[in-house]
Amino acid sequence: MRIGLARPDYVADEALIDSPTRWAWIGALFVALFAFPFVANEYWLYLACLVGIHVASATGLNILTGYTGLVSLGQAAFMGMGAYTVAVLQARWGTPALFNLVAGGIVAMTGGLVVGIPSLRVKGLYLAIATIAASFITHFLFANWDSVTGGTAGLTVEPARLFGAALDTSFRLYWLIVPLTIAMVVGAANLFRTRIGRAFIAIRDRDISAEVLGIPLLRYKLLSFAVSSFYAGVAGGLWAYFFRVVTPESFPLILSIFYLAAIIVGGMGTILGSILGAAFMAMVPELLKLVVGWLPLGANATLVLSPVRTIVFGALIVGFLVFEPQGLAEIWRRVRRFFHLYPFRT
Amino acid sequence: MSFDWLFLLEISLAGLGTGALYALTGLAFVVIYKATRVVNLAIGEMLMIGAYVFFAFAAGFALPVWVAIVAAIAGGGLLGAFVERTMIRPMLGESPISVFMVTVGLGSILVGLVELIWTADPRRLPEFLPNEPIFVGDAYVSPKVFYGFWVAALLIVALLIVFRFWRGGVALRATASDQAAAWSMGIDVPRVFSLSWIVAGMIAAVAGIVVGAIGGISSTMGIFGLTVLVVVIFGGLDSIAGALVGGLFIGLVEAWAGAYLGGEFKVLAVFTLLVLILMVRPYGLFGTHEIERL
Repeated sequence: MRIGLARPDYVADEALIDSPTRWAWIGALFVALFAFPFVANEYWLYLACLVGIHVASATGLNILTGYTGLVSLGQAAFMGMGAYTVAVLQARWGTPALFNLVAGGIVAMTGGLVVGIPSLRVKGLYLAIATIAASFITHFLFANWDSVTGGTAGLTVEPARLFGAALDTSFRLYWLIVPLTIAMVVGAANLFRTRIGRAFIAIRDRDISAEVLGIPLLRYKLLSFAVSSFYAGVAGGLWAYFFRVVTPESFPLILSIFYLAAIIVGGMGTILGSILGAAFMAMVPELLKLVVGWLPLGANATLVLSPVRTIVFGALIVGFLVFEPQGLAEIWRRVRRFFHLYPFRT
Repeated sequence: MSFDWLFLLEISLAGLGTGALYALTGLAFVVIYKATRVVNLAIGEMLMIGAYVFFAFAAGFALPVWVAIVAAIAGGGLLGAFVERTMIRPMLGESPISVFMVTVGLGSILVGLVELIWTADPRRLPEFLPNEPIFVGDAYVSPKVFYGFWVAALLIVALLIVFRFWRGGVALRATASDQAAAWSMGIDVPRVFSLSWIVAGMIAAVAGIVVGAIGGISSTMGIFGLTVLVVVIFGGLDSIAGALVGGLFIGLVEAWAGAYLGGEFKVLAVFTLLVLILMVRPYGLFGTHEIERL
């Protein structure tokens, strides 16, 4: 049961974490995240790193789609730009990992600006279509710019080095991926307490009103797209360090649809949504593997898995949009409200 | 060395053949967009389903080709009706972005279904078009492309006549120009929504059969739909004339890029063109230019 909160000033009202109970939960979460690698086995660590990368990228897409109301089908392409930047920097100059990741983000951001400038001048779904174009053009570049990208064979990536240690196992990478992801998520959460983030939300809710309120639409839409691409670029860089090989086929259009599905399932326009959605969508293939394994299919099981996964992704997108447009975050809110109002409303 | 005009002519004719199919599929897209304002990203996948239904009837059950064609068209119409009633109708009044993403999900479901039923391996449709080589002047044209062009062209003409004179076609155009006015004139607008999806499904099925006859079918042939998206953006999302001109033009550009630069440049040329269009004329050649500066 929670009655209410006394907030003595505006700072307290705007705080991200507004009550001692929440601080306690967040603290517990951090302890759990810290303890996790010491108790989990290799498989769960692998999954945790993958979820971390997905969360970072989905958060970026949520800034664009959930908060600014623009659709991008190029998240994978921008991840690819980040991944290739990291791979090339690591192979040619061996620069520090953190520097490479930021550079990957910046390259992806520049790519985002190039795609955004023609398509964000007009209202509507043009950005979605231009980003489809971007993913084909980047795929072409990755596959044919042999001297830099290694052509269709791709590039292998040396393990990242941090404080002199090579991050070559999931256990070690966990300490790079998870803190970075947390930093990016907290950054995104804080973004929407600032003037810029508020402007994004205003554009999503009613672009004409936003313009009247003095928000330069093109500039802020571009900014949103740039931030989102930056997130994708960093996530792509982490991807490169995680899988240690980058090929043109690593970042297909279906991966962009995966991220779109993640934020729809998780809940558009909420930070929690990106986390829940990315985790959920990363777990779905593993779950399907289990379910398909139980079915009496014999040798067909592996053959059936990939199409079933494609169908389930599509069905999740359609199902959530039709029946639960606010996503998992809304379900989570309902559960919390139930406990807050527990004795009074059952 | 003098420029090889005959080669250019042959390439251009082949390009026009593909272009007619782009135009036909673009028409299916525009019909949906005009009537319901839905940007249907799954048009390529609907086309693929048409081709696979044809494949199932013609090769699987070994029925005569014309039965299979009718079955595929009926199947395409049913798919359109089903999708409209179960996925698009509940989204009425939601933001265009949500509806757009529903069609993204739909595309994924259809691809998965095809891979589940027919596996991801490419297949060949049974031969049903005449096979003797055809010459236009001196230029050789692949017979499949030649007949594909005429199938597409005839169907487009037939459709234009239908939209012009049939009551349902008039209702479609009335709904496209103003839904409220159409409703108050006694047109059952929700039925027109269904109708537009059914018509689009049927057109897509025909296009799918021809595309499949020319290039074979596989679970990735939905990519065709992405080129169609470029076509309709080029012509203007709500313009039938635009889809026709755009289809032929994109077909030509693609063929030229493929012949003079190399096969892998086809996709690059098409999508670079898209970026150029968005920069110069984002509402397309003949599209309605909504006067709203944002």
